[in-house]
Amino acid sequence: MMCLAVPGEVLDIDGSIAMVDMAGVKRRVCIDLLAEVHPGDYVLVHVGFALQIIDEQEAQETLKLLRACFQEDLHAAVGSQQEGD
Amino acid sequence: MKLVDEYRDPAVARYLLEQIRELCDGPLNIMEICGGHTHSIVRSGMEQVLPPTIKFVHGPGCPVCVTPTAKIDQAIALARRPRTIIATYGDMMRVPGSSSSLLQEKAKGAHVKIVYSSLDAVRLAVENPDSEVVFFAVGFETTIPANGLSVIRAKQLGLTNYSMLSNHVLVPPVIRAVLDDPAVRIDAFLGPGHVSTIVGSQDYEFIPAEYHRPVVISGFEPNDILESLFMILKQRREGRCEVEVQYSRAVTKYGNPRALDVVKDVFSPVEQEWRGIGAIAESGLSLREELRAFDAYHKFHDWMPLQRPEEPSECVCGEITRGVKEPRDCASFGTGCTPERPLGACMVSTEGTCAAYYRYQLVTVQTGGVRD
Amino acid sequence: MNRQRLARSRPLTMEELPDVVQIAHGSGGKLTHQLIETLFVPLFDNPCLKALGDQAILDPSTERMALSTDAFVVKPYVFPGGNIGDLAVNGTVNDLLMGGATPAYLTASFILEEGLPTKELAFVAESMAIAAKKAGVQIVAGDTKVVERGAADGLYITTTGVGFVPKGLQWSPAHIRAGDVVIVSGTIGDHGASVLAHRFGIDFESQIQSDTACLREVVMAVRDLPGIRCMRDPTRGGLATTVQELSHTSGLNLRIRETSIVLQEDVRGICEVLGLDALYLANEGKLVAVVAPEEADECLRIMRTVKESKDAAVIGEVTDDIPGFASLETYIGAVRVLDLLSLDQLPRIC
Repeated sequence: MMCLAVPGEVLDIDGSIAMVDMAGVKRRVCIDLLAEVHPGDYVLVHVGFALQIIDEQEAQETLKLLRACFQEDLHAAVGSQQEGD
Repeated sequence: MKLVDEYRDPAVARYLLEQIRELCDGPLNIMEICGGHTHSIVRSGMEQVLPPTIKFVHGPGCPVCVTPTAKIDQAIALARRPRTIIATYGDMMRVPGSSSSLLQEKAKGAHVKIVYSSLDAVRLAVENPDSEVVFFAVGFETTIPANGLSVIRAKQLGLTNYSMLSNHVLVPPVIRAVLDDPAVRIDAFLGPGHVSTIVGSQDYEFIPAEYHRPVVISGFEPNDILESLFMILKQRREGRCEVEVQYSRAVTKYGNPRALDVVKDVFSPVEQEWRGIGAIAESGLSLREELRAFDAYHKFHDWMPLQRPEEPSECVCGEITRGVKEPRDCASFGTGCTPERPLGACMVSTEGTCAAYYRYQLVTVQTGGVRD
Repeated sequence: MNRQRLARSRPLTMEELPDVVQIAHGSGGKLTHQLIETLFVPLFDNPCLKALGDQAILDPSTERMALSTDAFVVKPYVFPGGNIGDLAVNGTVNDLLMGGATPAYLTASFILEEGLPTKELAFVAESMAIAAKKAGVQIVAGDTKVVERGAADGLYITTTGVGFVPKGLQWSPAHIRAGDVVIVSGTIGDHGASVLAHRFGIDFESQIQSDTACLREVVMAVRDLPGIRCMRDPTRGGLATTVQELSHTSGLNLRIRETSIVLQEDVRGICEVLGLDALYLANEGKLVAVVAPEEADECLRIMRTVKESKDAAVIGEVTDDIPGFASLETYIGAVRVLDLLSLDQLPRIC
């Protein structure tokens, strides 16, 4: 049990407070721990604070990479099965 | 839910499991340091679908679990003080002190409020100028900056009725303590994802460098953990031993410098008592001397209990958080110690090792029946 | 609604009632009568109640009778999507329906807190009247007591319901067989999430609405299917508790699949943020049906034509491999036992 943090989208910013949407649930979140944050950014929210901006590009790339490996293997598996037939 | 659901794809999980089975070539004990990982592992039933040679050792990464009984007693003593509001995170409500818990004190009429954020505690102080508001703050590196900022905010607001009873604990020193125990058999670490968003991956370099164990900092979804296991196995296969980051969408090498500055401005390292583990040098943080006015322990020193409570002797929480024993090795597990009447804190928190075991009683269903 | 005869004076209008509930409103005297005559009788409008006797005299059919009672103490008593009034009607009506009964009559017993604004009481009573009408039941008897300020959270309501079960219909967990299919009538956790988000006052803005609803139409639509083994409404303790109870009683294993269970997006959100498990959150307008495999498709098809169960889905099957326990097949294909929750869920940070 340590540190439940949830990704959410920054909707708007007012000083040190941002309204963040976490799967349809909105809350005012303190952004003082971040140097810079903009509406549209995804941040990691823990106990009402934004801890870090989530690197969406990095997230997408790693997912893509994983899915690519997965697809490759799937094709290979399907291919070898067909050969077997 | 964006950035969560992507990591729960059953097809990807199956693929990763296959890869893991392929790479797994012998016994592997992995300590997940963080209780959030324990929760995810147990909740998803991960150990059933992994090769039986891979074992998770549940580490000391639960700030509630490692809060010593003495500290709970202090919070309870303050809860009994007139015109005092105790604000705390929901997790702390049930943790038993030596004779009561905050939940029981609340039932008896004490003002105990669950807050979601440390700033909610500050707001309570603003809204209740005639009461003392004591924020019972626990946490690892993830939560410490947030808790720290509440003191900065209270100071800015000129509040004199806000203070903090803190139990802040640090990950690297306890990993050292675990690794320095000769009884410990751990081959690799699943690094705590959210702590690392603050401290960065660099904080764990000492583990491969000095103790020759690989570390992969992992996200919290089941597929994150499976991918991290795959990365650990790959390191082993390739003869590497280093710190890698699977949770790269949130973890950088140097972490969050602003958050680390807050920590430095508000706290200083102290020797810290860990429930069941004992005292570890420089493994905790308490408020800096110039902020003593906000330190509930000093502010209400006269209210602090004089007697130090004894930890329940039949409880093996300590060994469990050190990874030396498992819940089933405990004679009290499920009998003298249950979620309804917990002895040690491992049973208190829903993600404490013992409560997780108790709640999700793992059952392996295979053709032909049930194992264990 | 009270033992004494009414003091016959000019009936008051709703506007003439005192602004707040007073202790005397529960004493059985004039104020009690005014409250009953002005507020409850017109709203619940039926001959039994109008007779204002010590009891309602019913004319039962020859069918078997179902009887159910439930106390409602929800806090806050008005929550997004409903209030304690419609909850108290729907809750007891649904309990009758789960036995296959056609709900017919309700009694309502009120515990009011001194100082409760009369307007609020009228609002709740009106919700009850609307819910009762929708559910096809009459509120035929009742009681009103007032407790001192601070001794209750506004108001508590206990409802008791009577319904009639058609000949030959006998739903029971004892009829569950291995191979049966588990159907849930929609998304789960809505009521629990809406109440929790409010109760802890944690400043979350959400559109989460309680799912409080009467299941009459759903049950009536599928009641004639002979393959229905039993139904339950997963209220307190949520879906997990219900499938656990059914497993325990049947001595079989209800296995539900994490991938088949649907949550509203914002219920998901509040669960992730506060660290709650939606499987254990209360529902107030959903049912779980265990159905013979050959009739599952038909049951599902019919349910989806009814508004209250348009999102009905098969969420699992009955097996005999972990007798007496419910289990969950997780995203990654593992199966773990679903335990009963020992304590209420509290928000977590960790």
